Parts: sequence; structure tokens; C-alpha cells
Amino acid sequence: MPMLLTIRSLSKSFPGARALDQVDLDLRAGEVHALLGENGAGKSTLIKCLTGAYRRDSGEIRLDGAAISPGSTSEAQELGIGTVYQEVNLLPNLTVAQNLTFGREPRRFGLVNGRAQREEARRMLSGYGLDIDVGRDLGTYSVAIQQIVAIARAVELSGKVLILDEPTASLDAEETRMLFGVVRSLRDKGLGIIFVSHFLDQVFELTDRLTVLRNGQKIVTEETARLDRVKLIEHMLGRELAEVEDAERRRTDPEAKNRSELIRFENLGRSGLVQPFDLAVHRGEVIGLAGLLGSGRTETAELMFGVRAADSGKARDENGDVACGNPREAIGSGFGFAPEDRKTDGIVADLSVRENIILALQARRGWANPIPRAEQDRLADAYIQKLDIRTSGADKAVGDLSGGNQQKVVLARWLAMNPRFLILDEPTRGIDVGAHAEILRLIHQITGEGMSILVISSELDELIAVSDRIIVVRDRKHVAELTGDDVTTGAIVRAIAADDGAHK
Amino acid sequence: MSRFLARIAPQLVTLAAIVVLVTLFFPDFIQISFERGRFVGPIIDVLKRGAPVALLAIGMTLVIATRGIDLSVGTVMAITGAVGAWAIASGYGVVPALLLAMVAGLACGLWNGILVAIIGIQPIVATLILMTSGRGVAQLITEGRILTFNDPAFAFFGSGTLLGIPFPAVLWLLLAVAVTLLMRRTALGMLVEAIGINRAASALAGVNARVLLIAVYMASGLCAAFAGIVATADIRGADANNAGLWLELDAILAVVIGGNSLLGGRFSIAASVLGALIIQTIDTGILLAGFPSEYNLVIKAGLVLLILLLQSPNLAHTWRFLRDEAMRRREPEPELHTRKEIEP
Amino acid sequence: MIRTLLVTAAISIAATGVSAAQTIGFSQIGSESGWRAAETTLTRKEAEKRGIDLKFSDAQQRQENQISAIRSFIAQGVDAILLAPVVATGWDSVLEEAKEAEIPVVLLDRQVDSSDDLYLTAVGSDLVHEGEVAGQWLAENVGDQECRIVELQGTTGSSPAIDRAKGFRNAIEGKDNLEIVRSQTGDFTRTGGKEVMESFLQAENGGQDICALYAHNDDMAIGAIQAIKEAGLNPGEDIKIVSIDAVPDIFQAMAAGDANATVELTPNMAGPAFDALEAYMADGTMPEKFIQTESKLYTQSDDPQAEYEARKDLGY
Repeated sequence: MPMLLTIRSLSKSFPGARALDQVDLDLRAGEVHALLGENGAGKSTLIKCLTGAYRRDSGEIRLDGAAISPGSTSEAQELGIGTVYQEVNLLPNLTVAQNLTFGREPRRFGLVNGRAQREEARRMLSGYGLDIDVGRDLGTYSVAIQQIVAIARAVELSGKVLILDEPTASLDAEETRMLFGVVRSLRDKGLGIIFVSHFLDQVFELTDRLTVLRNGQKIVTEETARLDRVKLIEHMLGRELAEVEDAERRRTDPEAKNRSELIRFENLGRSGLVQPFDLAVHRGEVIGLAGLLGSGRTETAELMFGVRAADSGKARDENGDVACGNPREAIGSGFGFAPEDRKTDGIVADLSVRENIILALQARRGWANPIPRAEQDRLADAYIQKLDIRTSGADKAVGDLSGGNQQKVVLARWLAMNPRFLILDEPTRGIDVGAHAEILRLIHQITGEGMSILVISSELDELIAVSDRIIVVRDRKHVAELTGDDVTTGAIVRAIAADDGAHK
Repeated sequence: MSRFLARIAPQLVTLAAIVVLVTLFFPDFIQISFERGRFVGPIIDVLKRGAPVALLAIGMTLVIATRGIDLSVGTVMAITGAVGAWAIASGYGVVPALLLAMVAGLACGLWNGILVAIIGIQPIVATLILMTSGRGVAQLITEGRILTFNDPAFAFFGSGTLLGIPFPAVLWLLLAVAVTLLMRRTALGMLVEAIGINRAASALAGVNARVLLIAVYMASGLCAAFAGIVATADIRGADANNAGLWLELDAILAVVIGGNSLLGGRFSIAASVLGALIIQTIDTGILLAGFPSEYNLVIKAGLVLLILLLQSPNLAHTWRFLRDEAMRRREPEPELHTRKEIEP
Repeated sequence: MIRTLLVTAAISIAATGVSAAQTIGFSQIGSESGWRAAETTLTRKEAEKRGIDLKFSDAQQRQENQISAIRSFIAQGVDAILLAPVVATGWDSVLEEAKEAEIPVVLLDRQVDSSDDLYLTAVGSDLVHEGEVAGQWLAENVGDQECRIVELQGTTGSSPAIDRAKGFRNAIEGKDNLEIVRSQTGDFTRTGGKEVMESFLQAENGGQDICALYAHNDDMAIGAIQAIKEAGLNPGEDIKIVSIDAVPDIFQAMAAGDANATVELTPNMAGPAFDALEAYMADGTMPEKFIQTESKLYTQSDDPQAEYEARKDLGY
């Protein structure tokens, strides 16, 4: 098969770091090619070199045999390379048709011809199995449909190479299936598709070949079917999987139920958000919270931490009532909360790693009582080392770190507070396999020190691996509690899928 | 310290360049003499005349660091000036007059802070309310006339000297140092930056964003009160119609020339105050150079545009790029098509 | 306010008792300056003196408010309308409505672009003439001495700034001993006057080389006086000061010897307006289309303290 896109010896350096080192990549017409690697392996740098967002330092890119050197994303588009990002980069307040024809609207007498515009949009979407009103605002449709619209636009504009950067990160299973259908039909039409994802299942399901990057170097390019999961993870991590499995091993602690009670939430709820629930948290325990997106998982955490005000119930410990009506009170009561959306609710991007780590501690001490600089440095260095945060220094802006390291910084912020009860909402979302394992290991480690943890996660394997018991949430209601040997994927799925009353 | 100098270096260089430029047109610009117990010279005038904008810029820097903006400071100058002049004219004495003016400034800041932090109105809209209605309040106090007074003690805050230096210059310098120390010797500076960069994340980390926001707007109101006192004392009268008119824009400009992002976050008060001095040097320079007044605004706009262009990160980027490019040309890499574009 | 209402009410009752009392509507721009406040006060006083029932409307700087006020005056069937127009254009239709209702309109203080048969007359001062009076005084006062003059202009591009600059130059034209060496805008404000004067002093050898200051309004002159004092010079002696407007504070400065002369822009535009209206209503006498108020010169010898006392309560 002829090569559509060939990359040879591509290198790119940033001050203090070699992001890509002599990377080769071949993309055939009519294949889906996965690009894999941990965060910081060089995936996004490679893509940015391809789309003209970065200028490469050296190396060669050939498209259809001709050397190219795109200087901007629009130039890459004209050459035939289109990109769709995880965060759809279209305009939600314009209609679907306006988005699809943006910049090349059909005109009549110098004015935009609305009817022709809509017809054009319908034609562009015709092959995608979408039956939507192109005259409605894009923002009124689900993220999946927005993704497909973005793909349709990218394919129309470029038409040779399509790069999908984490397209499924915010899609549910059904939407993912729909998207994969679109991707397969585009492959069959002869496009070369580069697919970047952290979800290995999807890689095995969708892709024909894959390339693994690590530390800026190409490790392997292989037919997907010829690799198994273990081998792939070993390529990505560059080490034996035994370590990883050790961390993910199911924890079986028969003593879990006999531990003393730390905090008890009684009848806590808010109408329209979560139905009142009771929950007892024991010392050194990990509670898993399972459920579909929107089932009331995150909302449960938000009520506990006072992000949203409860309209019924309270929390208490052995000394009486525990205040958690707002985050400051909850922190005062020894709670911590690492929210789901790291970027918007977790890190303070322009502040340094050090400042992010001490932020909560400083807020509790009050502005007039600053943590001495030496103490700040000590704390920051200690946690950078303890959590293995990969940064060139404590004074680097946290926004410049990779997702996994940002998550570790948020964790460090709470560990520095030494809370008694820590809530982790999707602690491993969007971070690479290596950091993933480390965070799970950390959870084990800190509960060993007596801290209690509530983990919310969509990944059942992960949840099962870390939790002593699991609460299942469905339709804004706590519907089941699984302990001991009942903690299995099957049991959780059944509880999520069950009709009301089946699990009591 | 070296980090501090590196932060304000662009502003220092700009200020020096503007001083050199003005000196070309008006050679006596940098002359300072000592007459009748006070320093006299155009530079001294700059330090004194720049006081209102420098004072406003101190508070404005904090507000902008929280990702806000305070459009009302010019109006607050008029209100606080009117309150001060009214108190003096009514015979309350200097100290009560100062205190009343400061309380008025804090009250205006409290109003803005409540609208922004508690009611949740966007800062630009919230402060616009006081900006447009506040002059009416000031006019009510002055009854629409220029409320004059003849109290030498109060006038000292506008035209007096301390160790030969005009008091307004001493005031902004001391206030800038005091506020900088307050911000950097306590954790306030970091907390203000944190809520400016990511208010939601800061609140979840236990930072009391509401109280901090209100405090920051009150600080801006207090700075505006000082500016109002200086302006009123300077002309020995409270001019509700003209005091501080459009100065909020100069204050914002000073903060921007100081390299502070309007999107909030990291801030430098020293750089903002230097920004105020740069603006005042341009203003005074134009007056001294003797151009017809029709050219004032055009010259000022042109210079400000030039400064902002030179400071813009994009331009610095292009410059670095062109430099690297020139170096690369010396050791050619034939297979690479060089392009003069920069990343977006 | 309440007091004024009561007085107006009392007068209107008293007046109805005597004869056909006149009702006159007055659409004022607003109260943006002390001078404007004084004009309002004097208009009320003149009306009171003549037994006129004055209906006052403050437009707060908005033309649409003025137009609706005039329509309301027409609907109420007033005998005449005084209008201080906020802008020059856009008055045609409402003035025609007044004309159809046979209500004479007198413009105060500012002109409009409408055809002059739409209003009875306009009362105002001649801005160029004001500048000329100031210039003549200075020319006579310095005689044959060399005199380097600095000028504080009004807001750049405003008509008072343009006309007052022009009149002053007309008056000193051909006198070779008089020279305007520096001219800069002080925006009609005290702060502006002080700041610009400071730069003039710096630029002119600490003020030693300046013989006289001409300011386009008194407020700038008052600001400049402080700058001159702070520079260690004697305003009024070392530097002669002439300005325009005759606001109360400049009389205080003149009484103290700090200022030398001012040209009055009288806020009493209503007096001549009422005179013209009375004559017109009595026997149909058509006034001139422009009634120029007197631009009276006041100097230190005109008992400035008394002038100050007479003016200080007018609302300046």
C-alpha cells in the first residue's frame, strides 16, 4: 500500500527539553493509526508539528510523496491535514450550517445565501448518518454530534489526513460507538486517520496499526492485532507490567468493616441533586462511588464538601456535629476534595507548583500568617519527591505540567493539609498509564497512614482495585452498597443497570 | 531582588527612553534645582503630577489581578474630594476631613465589592454603575459649584513638600511600598493572584474569595480617596464635574504598561507605578515641548501604542524567532523550507 | 427647591389676581457648571421680579428630554418658551410645532442650525468679542512694554476656545511688543490650568520670562494663580492675569490682588429675553434675531469684593 504521509527523523526541542527525537511515522491511506504514549511522550508535539502549530527543528514530512512544511493550521488544512481536538474548536453560538461553511459561505449578491448554506451543510453531513437540523445552534447538540460536525468540517476542508486528538474523552459508550462508525466509514473512503487516545480498549477496537512514543522517541510501530494489552503497556511504560499489576491488585482486607467510624453523613441530600443518603466513613477506608455520568456521583461529593448547600441532613463524628456547609467549613473539619475537572476547579495554572501545593494550607492559616518561604520550599520539595511530580522545579508554573503531574500537585495540596477524609473525583481521568498506577499506589499508601478516602471513578477496574467497599449511585440516589467478595465488575454493572428496588 | 528588577526592567527601560526622547525636545527636562526649600524641575513635576494616576494604579493593579476592573475610581476621586472639601469648608478640621474622605472611598469600594463578589455582577458593569452615577453624588455634595477652601493644612496634601519633595510624590511612593510589602510579606499577594487566575479552584482550596474580592475593591476605593484628596488639595477646591475625569482610563493604561495582564493573576505594583510615571512623563513632555494642543492626544496615543507594541509578547516572540532564523541561516539546513511565521 | 415652588406658586396666584399672568417655559440643558446653575438662578429671579410663572425643566444634557419638555410646554399652552439648546441640530420639527401653536421661542446662550424664522430671537454673548475685550485691556495695561504672553486655552476644538483665542489675537494684532509665546489647553478646569501653567513656568525660565497670562476661563486662571504662587512669584504683579467669565472666585482673587481683570459672560440671559418678549407681546415689536449681551470688563478697581458678594449665592 502506498504511504500517504511519511515522517522521517522529525526533531523538536524546547528550552531545556527535547520533545521529539528523530521520530519516524508512516501513515497509509485507508488506515486508522493509533498514536500512543504517556503524557509527555511527545504525542501532542508531533501533532502540532504536523498541523503547523509548531515549527520543527529538523526532519522531513512528506504528504503524497511531496515534502511539506505547514506554517499554520490553516495551511496544513489546505495541504490536506485536518485536526479535531477533544475540546471541539467550533463556535457553539453559530448554527451547525454556519460552522460547517465558516469562512467559505455560499454568497449571493455579496450576502450569505442561507438556503444554499444549509443545503451545503446537509450535503457535508450526508455521509455521517446524522439527522439533525443544521439551522440550530451547534451548542444545543451533544458533544458527540459536535465532534462529528467538527470531523465533517475537517474532512471537507482537508480530505487526506484526519487527526483525532482524544476525541472520545468526554463521550459515553453509545456516542463513542457512533463516532467509531463515522471513523470507519472515513477510513473505508481512503483517508489516513491518526487516532490519539488514552483508552486502550478503543485502540484495540478501532485501529489497524499503532505507534508508541516514549520520551520523544519512537518505540515501535506495529499491527494492532499482533500486540496484546500487556505488551502494549510495557512498550508505553518501558518497564515490566508486574509493577503496575501490583498496584492495581484488588485489595482484600477482611478487617475493613471492623475499623472504627470516622464520620457519619446522615440523611444528607438536596432536592433535584441527590436524594438524602446515609454514609458512614471508617478510618483508613477507601469507599468507591460508582455510577454513570450524571447519576449523582459528583453531586454527592459536592454536598459532602459543601460546594453545593445541602437542604437536608448533616455530618457528625464522635465529638458531635461536623460543619461542612461550604468548602471552608469542610476544610476546617478536616475534609479535602480533588475535583473532577482539574483545569477549571483544581489547579491554579499560572501559579507555581510550590504555590499550588501550599494554597489550601495557606488559606487555612489566613493571609496574615504566611508560611515562611523555607517551609514552603521544604513542603514542595517533599511532595515533589514523594509523589514523583515530574517538573523542572518547584517554581515552574503548574499549567506547564502534564495532566498526570497536575493531578499529583492537586493531591499534594490536600496531603499537605493532612485531612482525615479526602474525596477524589475521577483522580485518574485523562492521565497516562504510568501516572495512573502511581496515583492508585498513593491511595493505598495514604490510607495506610489512617486517612479515609472516597474515590469517584468511571473506570470500574480501577474502582475495584482500590476500594474496600463500593456505593452505587443511580438516578441521583444511592442504590447499592457492595463489600468484600461482592465487589466485582459484574455486581456493579448489575446494580447500575438494575430497576428500582432490585438492590436494597 | 534580581527577580524584582527583571520584572520591572521593561518599564524602567521604557521610562528611560521616554525621558531621553523628551530631553531631545526640551533639553532642560532633567534639570533639578533647589529653591526656597524645595526641589524644582520638570522631573519633580512629573513625580507630583503623576500622583493621582499612580495612586489609582496601585489599587487598580490589585483589582485587575483578581481579573476585575474598577471603572469608578475617577468618580470616587470626585466624591472623596467633595467630601473632604465639604468637611474642611464646614470647619471640621484637617484630620476629620481626611478620615471622612477615606471612609467615603472605602464605602464606594465596599459598594463595588458587594456588587461583584456577592451579587455576582461583572466587574466592568458593576463599577460602571458608580462611574456614571457617582458624579451626581459628588455634585450633590458640592451643590454643583467648585467648593473652595483656604485651609493651608489641607492644601499641604496637594502642594506641600516633605524634605523638599512634593507631598503627593511622597504619598504615592510610600503607599506603593506599603502595599507591596503588605502583599508580599503576607500571603495576600498570592491569594489575590490565585483568585484572579482561578477563582473556582481557589474557593475549593478554601480561599475566601468573596472577602478578598471585597477587600480589593475597598483598597481601590481607598487609593482613589488618596488621589481625590491630592487633586482637591492641589487646586484648593472640589470640582465635582472635572476631578478625576477619565483618570480611570489612565490608571488602567498604567497597569497595562506595567505589564500586568487584564486577565488577572501575577501582578507588580512597582511596574504599574512606573507605568503611571511613563504616562505622566509623556504628558508633561508634550506640554513642555510646546506643540500646539491639537497634537497632544495624537502624540500620546502614538507613544503609548509604540510602548505596548514593544512590550507585546507576540512581538518579543517574533524578534526571538527572527534572531534564531538569522543564526540558522549561517548554518544552512537545505531541506527545510523556512517560514517567517510564529505559532499562534 | 420647595421654597422656590412655594414662591412661584404664591406669585402665580398673586399675578392671576392682577392681570393675564404670563406663563413661560424654560428648557435648561442641565447643571453641568456653576455658570449654568447661576443662569438658572438668575432666570428664576428675573421671572419672579416680573411676575412671570416660570415652568422649569432640566434636560440633564439630553436633547430628547428638551424636545419632550417643549412639546409639554406647547400642550400646556404657555405664552412663550426659553430654550438653552444642548446641541445645534435637530430642532426643526419641534420649533415648527411651537410656531404653529403661535408660541414664540427665545434661544438662550447657544445657537441652533434651524432657519431663523422658527424662533423669535436668540440671546447670547459674542465669544470673539469677549476675547477682544480681554486683549484690549492687556494691550492698554502694558502700553509699550515688551510682553511675552502665555495662553491657557479651553478644550481643544470647542467653540469658546476657538473664538476666545481669535478675539484676543484680533485685539493684539499689530502690537509688536505683545507676543503669545506659549499656548496650550487646560480643558477649562482648575487642575488643567494649574498643571499647564506649571509647565509654562518651567519652560519660561521659572516664569521670569512671562509677562502676562490670558486664560479662556476663570477656573483655569485660578488654577494657574496657585501654580504661580508655588513657583515663588506674585500673580497679578510679576505675571498679569486676564481671563473670561467673571465667576465669583475670580473676584476674590482680584480682591486679593492675585488676578487683574476678567470679562463677564453674564448668566443673565433671561433679562434681555424677557424684555424682548414683553415688547413683542405688547405691540408685536420684532426684536433683532440676535441680542448680544454685554461683555463687561471688571478690574481690581471695580470693587471686586462687592462683586464677589453679589455673585456668591447665584449658584456658581
